[in-house]
Amino acid sequence: MALSDDDVREVLRLIDESDLDELLIETDGFSLHVLRGAAEATGHRPQATGQTPDTRDSIPDTQSSNGATIDAPMLGTFYRAEAPGASPFVDVGTRVSPDTTVCLIEVMKMMNSIPAGIEGTIVEVCADNAALVEFGQPLFRIEPA
Amino acid sequence: MALARVFIANRGEIAVRVVRACRALGLECVVGASQIDMDGMAAELADRVICIGPAAATDSYLRPELVVQAALGTGCDAIHPGYGFLAENPRLSGLAAENGIRFVGPPPEVIELAGDKLRAREAALEAGLPVVPGGEVATREEAEAFAAESGYPLLLKAAGGGGGRGIKLAHAPEDLASLFHVAVAEARAAFGDERVYVERYVADARHVEVQVAADDHGNVVHLGERDCSVQRRYQKLIEEAPAPFLSADTRDALTAAGVAFARAIGYRNLGTVEFIVDAAGGEFFFLEMNCRIQVEHPVTEAVTGRDLVAEQLRIADGEPLSFAQDDVTFDGHAIECRLVAEDASRGFAPSPGRLTRFAVPEIDGLRVDTHCRDGALIPPHYDSLMAKLIGHARDRDEAIEIVHEALERLEAEGVETNRGLLAAVLDHPDFVHGRVTTRWLEEAEDGRSPSGQARPEVERPNQSAGLEAPRR
Repeated sequence: MALSDDDVREVLRLIDESDLDELLIETDGFSLHVLRGAAEATGHRPQATGQTPDTRDSIPDTQSSNGATIDAPMLGTFYRAEAPGASPFVDVGTRVSPDTTVCLIEVMKMMNSIPAGIEGTIVEVCADNAALVEFGQPLFRIEPA
Repeated sequence: MALARVFIANRGEIAVRVVRACRALGLECVVGASQIDMDGMAAELADRVICIGPAAATDSYLRPELVVQAALGTGCDAIHPGYGFLAENPRLSGLAAENGIRFVGPPPEVIELAGDKLRAREAALEAGLPVVPGGEVATREEAEAFAAESGYPLLLKAAGGGGGRGIKLAHAPEDLASLFHVAVAEARAAFGDERVYVERYVADARHVEVQVAADDHGNVVHLGERDCSVQRRYQKLIEEAPAPFLSADTRDALTAAGVAFARAIGYRNLGTVEFIVDAAGGEFFFLEMNCRIQVEHPVTEAVTGRDLVAEQLRIADGEPLSFAQDDVTFDGHAIECRLVAEDASRGFAPSPGRLTRFAVPEIDGLRVDTHCRDGALIPPHYDSLMAKLIGHARDRDEAIEIVHEALERLEAEGVETNRGLLAAVLDHPDFVHGRVTTRWLEEAEDGRSPSGQARPEVERPNQSAGLEAPRR
């Protein structure tokens, strides 16, 4: 059975919660090699808050960051752009107003435009393009204006 | 098995039940939960939980497209709908198939046929099953013509109803005159289908249903019957298998009729064919077919020794039934009580809240299907079923004793429950002696004698509360 993007994210979450430092999964035509700490060693993407990145921050804790999040108003597939290859609706540094479209969420071929709902500057994109997002999952971190 | 990962599109005790069946078969499972159920027992037991929407079921558990999207996105190859919510929604069955996912239930056209109570009646007639005299009525005059011929009382039913919904009882011509247009308007509003039909009212009826199983290879078998006559407002409270005090001839005819109907409509997976049985004569009539696993399936599992939910998954996988009709044997008697969070002092209104304490005793022969534990939340958004207490023993009296003891020793604090009512029914001579019809509970609660005969009385605090047990 092939692993979906979502499976990979789930594997990463399980590793995060384990004591393992390194993991290699190989199946037919697929291999996944995960090394804990590599991100710190190679320099993690700087965060606007300047806090030490938590290795478990795939879902950021909104309370510990100064800033708000734009959460998925529905479950579906998250798209950052209108079409493959098109430039993303927003990126880190983009200033948005409440009615700025920040992404699309697809549910059974229905594309839903998601507005920011808040005014401010995007400081982090928290979900991967084309990945399944859950209801309520943070999609963007934003520095309110 | 070709299936590897099952998406569970439900909540509460049935989601826990499906998780356990997946475990028994070595399958992975993903629970699709609403936001309020994210820390529920099913979510905790599953390999993974995904939040499909907010607490309101109309934005989560009742949305086929969210369920299929979530199943696809989590790499599931089957969807188990449980009961209620989308279990009998042809769109979910169809949408799953279109997206290459097995739906654990029948194909959409079968669900549509069974869901249209008029078409189901016709299919039953064609298959040679007895149906209650009646038929579609387009106008009040047609309904009155039927009444003139067959007499009162009669039932007005919505073609799109079922499961006890969309039913009106007319005792006399003036009732029919006032109810007909109301019934049509309600049918249109509630089911989007204004067709109604009339049926003769069988006053002293038992509700008996036949469990059937059908695979993709033409095999259809039954797993005996259940009696679910203890009901309030058409909602079942206590169920048992086998149906007590049923003659062997009637039992054989019922189960054969159940199989014949399932075969006639091309049924797949597990289903239940419901009948009403005239308490006096044993004459029976087809009522409807339910295209899902039933709440009360554990009593059948107890007496047959088979895992029905695992069988559902095997059938969905395309396997032939794991047993033939001759392999189905019956052992002893099983009784199930539905413990719900309801407040008896407020007309059995739902009593949602957080359980400060929940514990069930360990008793030989007792099985408890539940999602409750200390600290569990009974949200106001969904039905209030807390647990099913199933007693299995050599005979009916012993099975009653087991569930009775379970009700007495159960610890449930933080919400009101119907345990007192359940215990009072189990104690009641009418129940003990099998004199219960589908009207019995409501009439007993009203302090009326259902059969019009003198009957032994339960201790009653006052005349208007025939079945009220001491509050705990």
